[in-house]
Amino acid sequence: MKKMKVTAVVISQKEIAPDIYDMWLKTKLAAGAVPGQFVCLYPKDKSTLLVRPISICEVKKDEEMLRLVYRIAGKGTREFAGYKEGETVEVLGTLGNGFPYEKAKGKKVFLMGGGIGIPPMLELAKEMDADKQIVVGYRNQDTFLKDDLEKYGKVYIATEDGSVGSKGNVMDAIRENALEADMIFACGPMPMLRAIKKYAEEKGIPTYISLEEHMACGVGACLGCVVKTREVDHHSHVNNARICTEGPVFEAGEVEI
Amino acid sequence: MNTSVNIAGVTFKNPVMTASGTFGSGMEYSEFVDLNKLGAVVTKGVANVPWPGNPTPRVAEVYGGMLNAIGLQNPGIDVFMERDIPFLKQYDTKIIVNVCGKTVEDYVDVVEKLSDKPVDMLEINVSCPNVKEGAIAFGQKADALFGITSEIKKHAKQPIIMKLSPNVTDITEMAKAAEAAGADALSLINTLTGMKIDIHRRCFALANKTGGMSGPAIKPIAVRMVYQVRNAVQIPIIGMGGISNAEDAIEFMLAGATAVSVGAANFFNPYVTEEIVKGIEDYMTRYGVEDINELIGAVK
Repeated sequence: MKKMKVTAVVISQKEIAPDIYDMWLKTKLAAGAVPGQFVCLYPKDKSTLLVRPISICEVKKDEEMLRLVYRIAGKGTREFAGYKEGETVEVLGTLGNGFPYEKAKGKKVFLMGGGIGIPPMLELAKEMDADKQIVVGYRNQDTFLKDDLEKYGKVYIATEDGSVGSKGNVMDAIRENALEADMIFACGPMPMLRAIKKYAEEKGIPTYISLEEHMACGVGACLGCVVKTREVDHHSHVNNARICTEGPVFEAGEVEI
Repeated sequence: MNTSVNIAGVTFKNPVMTASGTFGSGMEYSEFVDLNKLGAVVTKGVANVPWPGNPTPRVAEVYGGMLNAIGLQNPGIDVFMERDIPFLKQYDTKIIVNVCGKTVEDYVDVVEKLSDKPVDMLEINVSCPNVKEGAIAFGQKADALFGITSEIKKHAKQPIIMKLSPNVTDITEMAKAAEAAGADALSLINTLTGMKIDIHRRCFALANKTGGMSGPAIKPIAVRMVYQVRNAVQIPIIGMGGISNAEDAIEFMLAGATAVSVGAANFFNPYVTEEIVKGIEDYMTRYGVEDINELIGAVK
């Protein structure tokens, strides 16, 4: 679907954990959205000019609605968190490739999310036809989106402080519950993605990871958000792929993280 | 109403161009903007061989602008000629290829390869602050700039534009050196070298430590430099630096620019170039300007 910058209307907004906000937007961009894609939001404060890339958490195509669950990370996201129902926001989307979830059909899979990497797992779980084991890692008992995720698969939780589920990270949850999978989909902080990539390589499991990087344009022009690739990239002709365009989802073996 | 301008014998349907490095080779923004409406597309810098660029983070936001240290990542001239030039030729717009290199020979290599290609002008990047060799090394000393300009001029079949750095003591000295060496036009300004430190992580915001600052915050500096250079040389100037709307573009023209390039603003609004073309026409109607050339350097 053609990329567009449109004006979206805030349908609802609430804080679902400290500094984690859940915002539904009314926008025609929902029509073309697929799991693992993202949108860019433009702050209204003109001292903050760059777009804020935010992953798509849930899509209601018929109602033209997109759900974004995001963490306040700075000035821009703090502004978004203040938006009330009925306010508008400029949105660029939908961007990136998304997860190849059709490859999971009939397979036993892990959907792994860490922290603010959890939101894209929701739409992915919703769309995926597979035996889904959703393994999510949080800092503490603020297990946002847990109830939503439970609708689409068995949820295993890890918390850094051990307050809920396994103490530690998503890898600890897998070990403690003796879980196995033939395909992995993951989004989260870099140390988590590195651990998953290593685990998947040892076990020979096809794995798709979603990456993030600072970006200026969101559409592939600025070359700000690249990741090193194992092979020469078809577009750049060097060992760099654009996360916003060739990604954000990559086969784990393709990228050097 | 006439909106066309002429630079070194090349006629542009309007003075609105894209600043190198912010617009790829037009492909990405062609989803948002009708490239046929633009005066020219100025491409991302291209070298004789592919360059991988710098490590990430490569971009950071600063108050009223941004820093970048992409490091001139590019696929090399061979891929560029096979893929990017044919893409741009589908459109009724002029093509200006930005050329970068580490040595004079690198630049000449690219310039020679482009000599029989359907390219209207070459913009020579001697002002990128983000690569260690070449580029800015040629753009911060008048004698070095004179040397590379005259060497490129010997080999170039298209008119050449030297893109100047603002990171110098006196930009008019650089402009005069480029003109004396035979440059057909000047582009100014490239980005201003800046730095940002993340106080929470206690590290540099960019992997390269320093980056080039662009965006609305640098506009007054760029307007001043265009005005100074316009009073120092006879060759035409393509003005750039923080242009975000038609008013900014007109300000540059009044200061002495024959054309303008829109850079970081593409990131803040993907439709901005076309909006500026329209906005300039609206300004001309409002003030009864018959020929856009009346605006160039009109404020003395």
